[in-house]
Amino acid sequence: MMRERHLNLILLAGLLAIPVWAWITDEPFTITLATRVAILALAGVGLNIALGLGGLVSLGHAAFFGIGGYAMGILASHAQNYDPIFTTPFLFEGTKSMPVIWLTAIVMGGIAALLIGLISLRTSGVYFIMITLAFGQMFYFFSISWPAYGGEDGLSIWVRNGFPGLNTLDPIQFFALCFVLLLLALGLHWTLARSGFGLALNAARQSEARVEAAGLTPFRLRLVAFVISGMVTALAGALFADLNRFVSPTMFAWQMSGEIMVFIILGGVARLCGPVAGAALFITLEHWLGGVSDYWHVFLGALLLLVVLFARGGLIGALVKKEPAHD
Amino acid sequence: MTEPVLETRGITKHFGALVASDAVSLDLHAGEIHAVIGPNGAGKSTLIAQICGALTPDAGTVHLEGQDVTALSTAERAEAGIARTFQISSLAMEDTVLQNTMLGALGAAGKRPSLFRPILRDRALRALAEAALEQVGLAERRAVRVADLSHGQRRQLEVAVALAQAPKAFVMDEPMAGLGTSGTHDLTALLDGLRTQAPILLVEHDMDAVFALADRISVLVYGRIIATGSVEDIRRDSAVRDAYLGDAA
Repeated sequence: MMRERHLNLILLAGLLAIPVWAWITDEPFTITLATRVAILALAGVGLNIALGLGGLVSLGHAAFFGIGGYAMGILASHAQNYDPIFTTPFLFEGTKSMPVIWLTAIVMGGIAALLIGLISLRTSGVYFIMITLAFGQMFYFFSISWPAYGGEDGLSIWVRNGFPGLNTLDPIQFFALCFVLLLLALGLHWTLARSGFGLALNAARQSEARVEAAGLTPFRLRLVAFVISGMVTALAGALFADLNRFVSPTMFAWQMSGEIMVFIILGGVARLCGPVAGAALFITLEHWLGGVSDYWHVFLGALLLLVVLFARGGLIGALVKKEPAHD
Repeated sequence: MTEPVLETRGITKHFGALVASDAVSLDLHAGEIHAVIGPNGAGKSTLIAQICGALTPDAGTVHLEGQDVTALSTAERAEAGIARTFQISSLAMEDTVLQNTMLGALGAAGKRPSLFRPILRDRALRALAEAALEQVGLAERRAVRVADLSHGQRRQLEVAVALAQAPKAFVMDEPMAGLGTSGTHDLTALLDGLRTQAPILLVEHDMDAVFALADRISVLVYGRIIATGSVEDIRRDSAVRDAYLGDAA
């Protein structure tokens, strides 16, 4: 048993050490796996801000993940075809620059989360789950039926987008970018959790009446959390599309929302590094068990069942001794 | 007479054919404890809900220091200075005693909580919260999770959170609920000292506590106030005896 802080450091050090080792021994596929873990963990950190801190069980986060993916796909496909996105009222061209793509993904994800949140946060419990699911599916079917950007077939990007000063086609350099963004997102979660906003948000999850009686508005707190959450997950979507150099409607599918939630439940809800542990476990299982059997999801299901029944704190909860409450 | 801190003017609330509040006019003056008593189903909870903003009255208004607050939400009224405690403890069970109290101080600060500054490092809010805990006698337990507190300590914490709001008026919904003799005794002493900080509208079933604390008592029966007066007036009032007190007086 150890302190959560130490376990977090070990997890992150491991996530850094494995690809570095693979780089030294020249195994690019392992680096790609680690990059997937970092990106999916980032998506999970986004959801964890809504789900863990705010208790908002969103089954529609694929919407933000997909928006990030398509932000990348649309900008990059126009750039690679030398075809401006629109010319009136002003010239708006695509781009292959990662910082611009990330910013676009974050802004679009935030706008979508604001609109979805304004409507869905008026409900709670199972209705909230259903309404976020419905929004996610709206994006899914829209992306399928929108022929301009590949429809069902998705969009392929031939060359990975660029970052000033780096060769992003080198797996270890792209991993480094994703890892740094993951650390920044974890820093954001940590900061929010300790802030007055985080205190009130977390209290609203436990007792809405108390927060109102203290003079704060739970709806407003949750909306802010939902928007931040959508922004982070959209950023992860842009990176995911860049990793695969491919965007398709599956990024919007509800299975994707479910997967992001599974990372959090496996790792530990509201735990800072829960999504990191969960995504790492998920990818490891997918890789190993997927080699053994095509039906590896059966094992994942069994594991999930065990976690929910016996280890509510997830992987991190099981490994960490219950922290004495401190101020 | 000076202007009351908190006042209801002719509050009326119907639920279908049931009249839960029937033109209830109450006032709460600086420095006093005004108790509202009445049998179960008299409409005490409905009255509190309308004062604190969870329910909107069909007719009548609620005033805080003369300002009409009837149109304000629960959160806005709390920010304006009405602090309530709940009959069933409503606290963030996973959080510590200090964190819960900080929540009260945070709401009273009247600005939006910062997303980035660590709340427990906020000196001003922390001082407010620590002082509230000191006053209710929970300072030693500040780092304990609420889930690990005894029932009596949770009742004290309810008061501490309200106190940290530095309110203009307290509205307390059966603060003694579920307390044993010594718990009731301690909380009675605490509330006794509190009235100078802000007046208390006290809804309470425990008659010993009410008689020990109240400067004035109003008796609510079927949504209507049948009597208001000093402890002695109420003890003597025959209508009150018939309706509610029975042999207790």
